[in-house]
Amino acid sequence: MSLPDERGRFGDFGGMYVPETLMPALEELADAYAKAKNDPLFQAEYLTYLRDYVGRPSLLYNAERLTQHLGGAQIFLKREDLNHTGAHKINNTIGQILLAKRMGKTRVIAETGAGQHGVATATACALFGLKCEVYMGEEDIRRQELNVFRMRLLGAKVISVTSGSKTLKDAINEAFRDWVTNVGDTFYCFGTAAGPHPYPAIVRDFQCIIGTETKEQALQRLGRLPDCLVACVGGGSNAIGMFHPFIADTQVRLIGVEAGGRGIDSGAHAATLTAGNTGVLHGSLSYVLQNKDGQITATHSVSAGLDYPGVGPEHSWLKDSGRAEYVAVTDEEALDACRLLSETEGIIPALESAHAVAYAAKLAPSLPSTQVVVVNLSGRGDKDVQTIAQLLEVE
Amino acid sequence: MELRVKNRIDSMFGALAAKHEKALITYIMAGDPDLPTTEMLVKTLAAGGADLIELGVPFSDPVADGLAIQRAGQRSLEAGASLQAILDLVRSLRQDTEVPLVLMSYYNPILQYGLAEFAAQAALVGVDGVIVPDLPLEESVTLAELLAARGAYLVPLLAPTSTAAKIAKVAAQAGGFVYCVSLTGVTGTRTELPLNVGEFLARVRERVPRPLAVGFGIATPEQARQLSSYTDGVIVGSAIVNLIEQYGADKALLHTKIKQFVANLKAGLKA
Repeated sequence: MSLPDERGRFGDFGGMYVPETLMPALEELADAYAKAKNDPLFQAEYLTYLRDYVGRPSLLYNAERLTQHLGGAQIFLKREDLNHTGAHKINNTIGQILLAKRMGKTRVIAETGAGQHGVATATACALFGLKCEVYMGEEDIRRQELNVFRMRLLGAKVISVTSGSKTLKDAINEAFRDWVTNVGDTFYCFGTAAGPHPYPAIVRDFQCIIGTETKEQALQRLGRLPDCLVACVGGGSNAIGMFHPFIADTQVRLIGVEAGGRGIDSGAHAATLTAGNTGVLHGSLSYVLQNKDGQITATHSVSAGLDYPGVGPEHSWLKDSGRAEYVAVTDEEALDACRLLSETEGIIPALESAHAVAYAAKLAPSLPSTQVVVVNLSGRGDKDVQTIAQLLEVE
Repeated sequence: MELRVKNRIDSMFGALAAKHEKALITYIMAGDPDLPTTEMLVKTLAAGGADLIELGVPFSDPVADGLAIQRAGQRSLEAGASLQAILDLVRSLRQDTEVPLVLMSYYNPILQYGLAEFAAQAALVGVDGVIVPDLPLEESVTLAELLAARGAYLVPLLAPTSTAAKIAKVAAQAGGFVYCVSLTGVTGTRTELPLNVGEFLARVRERVPRPLAVGFGIATPEQARQLSSYTDGVIVGSAIVNLIEQYGADKALLHTKIKQFVANLKAGLKA
């Protein structure tokens, strides 16, 4: 059976926990998406933009120097960092903005954490001539200054969110408040495979290009499927896009890497699947980080894009069903991995993606050299260079 | 669904209808600025003429609320309020007042408490109904049934965007009253009433044979009186929460201000 079911559920997870005002809009979106999904013209248009504008297929790169350095399994990198705008986020925004156009919406809103989804939304809106407003936490605006400027240059309005923790979680709250107010003409371009149904399915489907290409490339290059897929998980969109096409291939290990921050025991982390439990946040039932009273707790990660106390419902389902494994690496391990990849391969990863690299670096030496590990390099590190410089200075 | 136990909400709407009077429903955030003040304010509101009192349960991520109630929730959380402490407050209030009390909570605090345990405790301490702004009808069956079995209502919400099919479903299931959200937006005072609110309320009235109350954006006696012509009750929240923010430090002054404000609102709702 294909998931989610008609109620938007992956097992118990998912659903539509939103104010009644938004229910008709979510139903309208689900209907419009179902039609687009089955329309060959829509799919062809989407794939054409991915090829000619995003620059797909992204490369599957054999990281020989990294493999040699670590010893053990062969490491390949799925180069989502080479996409236009520098991350996987554009796969989703091209799809959603094409959908917005098809639905006749004139205004687009989005939330952003690291700014990558904001930039990708602003880019797609510029490409298709739609008005774009992006909600971003004040704290994230501070740590991702470059992306704020990019969004403005692309003609988008960036709205600073000062409520709560002033990060991604609060940007999503504020975007929902905007949507509930302007639901008639506004399309909410959601950035990760979380939120109320149908977003987890829509975002996953548009990101599945990552896993689908990886599968084809592996079969072509290696004559077989990889043994392990490793991807970072904040909300989980790059990971689900990589994992989903492999769910039925049970011999392939799926490993999601969360932000362990200063360590799970410190409490200062964003490792929702590793350390959280079931709750409702931002419209779906999934793992969340919360206290015993059901209040969502503050998170910490060196990477703004992983700094989120929730996670997409399909990941919760993959965890509980045992199909995927979820682990956490610390800020420090991610920073080390960022340096390691830069020095061995000449590739500076985004701090988000560096979490996946860090876990692969731990895993590879424990595996025989006949095994193949594919790391989803979800984004490039240009946006983080300033942050990294500051952190290294502190050292 | 019909309740087996008599519920204060039904009695209240029945008694007001006999007098051709409209209900004044007031909202305050429980625990803002602290729980003892909330206990006093419930009595103040009832004395001023509130016919039903909604007690907000604070949540860290209140997506349906505007700034006034967001801030009130933060004050309440900082003062240490929790769902358990608010249930204890209701138990204590029930020694002094029979005013209908409805909890307004986002879903996650209730989910963490445990749905069955919450329904049992809420009914036991004297809660008459529960409103959950992020629990649309599609997701609400379990909680509604658990509450109904204990004699309390899950109050459904309808919005101007609600489809005819949704209104018909609510008509078949509604408990206590139907909370009609006056506008597409979040809570908070507005200077103008929304343009299409009359048409929306008439559309609901036509299909729902139960008391209707309208809320969101209502701040003045004049707005309350105007909207009451379409409904059986009017809900005022942020305007009262703003007074608590302004006068919360001086309990005597707060009592006077709130009582006067509520009395003015209620005056316009009498026949």
